[in-house]
Amino acid sequence: MASLYRQALNWLDARFGAGKVEEFLRHKTVPVHRHTVWYYFGGMTLFLFVVQVLTGILLLLYYRPTPNDAFESVQYIMTQVRFGWLIRSVHSWSANLMIFTAFVHMFSVYFLKAYRQPRELTWITGMFLFFILLGFGFSGYLLPWNTLAFFATKVGTEMAGSVPVLGHWLLVFLRGGEEVTGATLTRFFGFHVAVLPGLATVLLALHLLLVQELGMSVPPRVERAITEGREPARSIPFFPNFLLRDIIGWYAALGVLGALAAIFPWELGIKADPFAPAPAGIRPEWYFLFTFQTLKYLPSKILFLEGELAGLMGFSLAAAVWVLVPFIDYKAGLGRLSRFFTGLGVFVLGYIVVLSALALR
Amino acid sequence: MDVSDQIPRGVPQPSRRWVNLLLGGGVLASIGAFLYPAIQYILPPLVAESTSRSVVAAKVGELKRNSGKIFKFGSHPALLVLTAEGDYKAFSAVCTHLNCTVQYRADLREIWCACHNGLYDLAGRNVSGPPPRPLETYEAHVQGEDVVVTRNA
Amino acid sequence: MKTAIAAIIVFLWALGSTGAVSPSDSCITCHASLGDKTGEPARLFATDVHRQAGLGCADCHGGNPNDDSMDAMNRAKGFRGTPKKTQVPAFCGRCHADITYMHRFNPKARADQLSQYLTSVHGKRLARGDTKVATCVDCHGVHNILPPSDTRAPVYPMQVASTCGRCHADATYMKDYKIPTDQIALYGKSVHAQMLAAGDTSAPTCTTCHGNHGATPPGVSSVANVCGTCHVFFTQLFEKSPHQAAFARQDLPGCVACHSNHEILKPTDDWVGVSANAVCTNCHVAGTNGYRVAKKMAGDIARLRTFAGEAEEILSTAERSGMEVSSAKVELAGAHEALIKARVDVHTFRAAEVQKQTDEGVEIAKKAHAAGIAALRERDFRRKGLGVALIAIVLAISGLYLKIRQIEACKEPRPPVDKAGP
Repeated sequence: MASLYRQALNWLDARFGAGKVEEFLRHKTVPVHRHTVWYYFGGMTLFLFVVQVLTGILLLLYYRPTPNDAFESVQYIMTQVRFGWLIRSVHSWSANLMIFTAFVHMFSVYFLKAYRQPRELTWITGMFLFFILLGFGFSGYLLPWNTLAFFATKVGTEMAGSVPVLGHWLLVFLRGGEEVTGATLTRFFGFHVAVLPGLATVLLALHLLLVQELGMSVPPRVERAITEGREPARSIPFFPNFLLRDIIGWYAALGVLGALAAIFPWELGIKADPFAPAPAGIRPEWYFLFTFQTLKYLPSKILFLEGELAGLMGFSLAAAVWVLVPFIDYKAGLGRLSRFFTGLGVFVLGYIVVLSALALR
Repeated sequence: MDVSDQIPRGVPQPSRRWVNLLLGGGVLASIGAFLYPAIQYILPPLVAESTSRSVVAAKVGELKRNSGKIFKFGSHPALLVLTAEGDYKAFSAVCTHLNCTVQYRADLREIWCACHNGLYDLAGRNVSGPPPRPLETYEAHVQGEDVVVTRNA
Repeated sequence: MKTAIAAIIVFLWALGSTGAVSPSDSCITCHASLGDKTGEPARLFATDVHRQAGLGCADCHGGNPNDDSMDAMNRAKGFRGTPKKTQVPAFCGRCHADITYMHRFNPKARADQLSQYLTSVHGKRLARGDTKVATCVDCHGVHNILPPSDTRAPVYPMQVASTCGRCHADATYMKDYKIPTDQIALYGKSVHAQMLAAGDTSAPTCTTCHGNHGATPPGVSSVANVCGTCHVFFTQLFEKSPHQAAFARQDLPGCVACHSNHEILKPTDDWVGVSANAVCTNCHVAGTNGYRVAKKMAGDIARLRTFAGEAEEILSTAERSGMEVSSAKVELAGAHEALIKARVDVHTFRAAEVQKQTDEGVEIAKKAHAAGIAALRERDFRRKGLGVALIAIVLAISGLYLKIRQIEACKEPRPPVDKAGP
């Protein structure tokens, strides 16, 4: 078995230098300390993304992106196609799980200050990947063309319209017209299966290359403990040790997804009727709840600004700060404590959790 | 998960062979458990298409003049009528009163509901009895050998 | 100059013909300025339908509208004054019974109201001198008469019951007549009154069954005909049923015996059968054939309801577990249809007819129930499949874990080798 592996590798190496990759992977190590567990979340997000791509491709075999057929085709997948219920429910659940692990990955990187020099670009590519994931979630949600999705999209794209100057253009661009119609569905489908995957692939390649190039960051406190001799520097090889552990996690995730699909299948809903009034209690998906709830609390006017606009600007500002945090918190790169930023992170996390909980009441 | 610190050497472990067997077997079994549904999924089901908005209701010549036929449209019954003048007309067969299935009455030349004697004319309008609203109308046209009924979006 | 005069003439003529200012209607001019009752008619007349048609006081009451003096009301010159109660129908009928005259205003107008009225109970009693009965003006109003299609008119369908009730619900007023005064109150509880209140102006009100101008209560034998104008099936079935002859023999009114005449409530399934609420046991005592038939019909309907209910429940359970059962639910609608038809067929009063319907419905319900069972079985298959997959996953994870232990048991932890510094 091993010799077969050797032979294959030699053949590839002679053709495009595969040996260098193998050499690198063999020497790649992962630091071991009390925060090592957080290192798994990036790989988990990547794994769930792969699950999304695979189940998404399978769904593409039967899905039809027009208002007349979209709902019926999803119903067809759920009822007529063998294991269609499994593929579709896994796709829907995995989307949510992936965004959750992305949140965990992002916050763990933030709190462990892995964004500090020289990993600023890794953080930035990661943040853009995160926004792309949210875009995947928003565009994918509309595709079954049921009532909840239709009205959630209406509300969501409406908010885009309140951006100053570009707002109306942005709304028309997103919706493919003034209102949410079949044109919106076609457009969102295009975003979901072509545009966003393309962008994600490029950014993911960059992100992963950077991670390989720069290696795994060690949290500042642990680093200090090592340099001060209080703690030994330990690591394990990525291949096979860390990877095997990664795979355990991935298997566990698959088990969870299968259980969710079989016990809590994703509902079909009712076909969207653009002329029917909006049902009570429309909500966006959970990852948008905190923004949704914030906008509900804002008064209709703040100083001279319309409430909604002020809210949007506030969130944009917060997002900009968050994306640029490696540059703002440059002190962390110099090895100095940045408790303020830790506190800011706790505040942001708490805000998101509390407002999401309030939205669910 | 730093196992290497926790296991003192010398503790008996299952032999290499058993571990490899368990690992290989487990991985193969799990891959099988994933591939089986995926392959089943890819093979097209018996009902080849999702119920779209158009259905072949009947073949040309199947209906005599001044008669009707109930057929399945999506998940609801629908009615195809060939009028005495030779026109095809199609409607939802769900009565707007209490959802009974309506039928064509050749003697009345109207659509009749057997539950409470509701009547609809050949434009689907509720003309007599309890039905409060007209029947939903569909388009029926001939395509070659088939009479195709489509729902207006 | 000529154009100015012509313009003025046209202007005055225009004003005159709209009736905005009738320079020659002295009745209105004089009476409108009077207070209290004498002036009331002139003030009310503004909204009257006759006025819209271009008629004035003199067209009914006679007299001279061009004369400003009291001579306008000279009886010798044709003034008719206020008619006595007994004269009212003929007073209105002077025009309304003249079809040629009426067609000048409305080509589709009817002119039989007077002749109908004379056949009615009100008309007959009036002819005998009873002035307490209703005449034209009691229902239609006097000087501010509105067409029946106007929602403010006392004879607009929604208002009819309260208009009739002005007398017929007044126990003191109706003291001398030997008829009940609770009809309006009872009607108010009925489904027909509810339909009317919900805005369906085709719903039956007093005049629908009793007639309006020729108001006569339908006789016992013709009651079923009245109900049958809308409830066609029930009348047809009743006429062929054993109850038709039996009721006729006992002089019982057709539909009314069980459904009441004014307090027509929405029937429930327990009206059929032998239970406490059943209407069958009003006549049929235990041991009679009728009792047995009633019991059988009620039993069959209850059986269909039970099967349909069970099928509904299992399909709901399957749906809540995430199974897609929409086509089975559509099939189940057939069972509900059978239940509806069975309730209609009760009026054949033959158990076999009802059973035919319920048997059909039960078949459909059983099929839907089977579909529900199949859906639940599929759900359980999925969960078993999940179990198998989970076992495979657990095996794989255990294998991985042991492999890790194996690999790391013989290795020392290595110092970090990554290139980038802190």
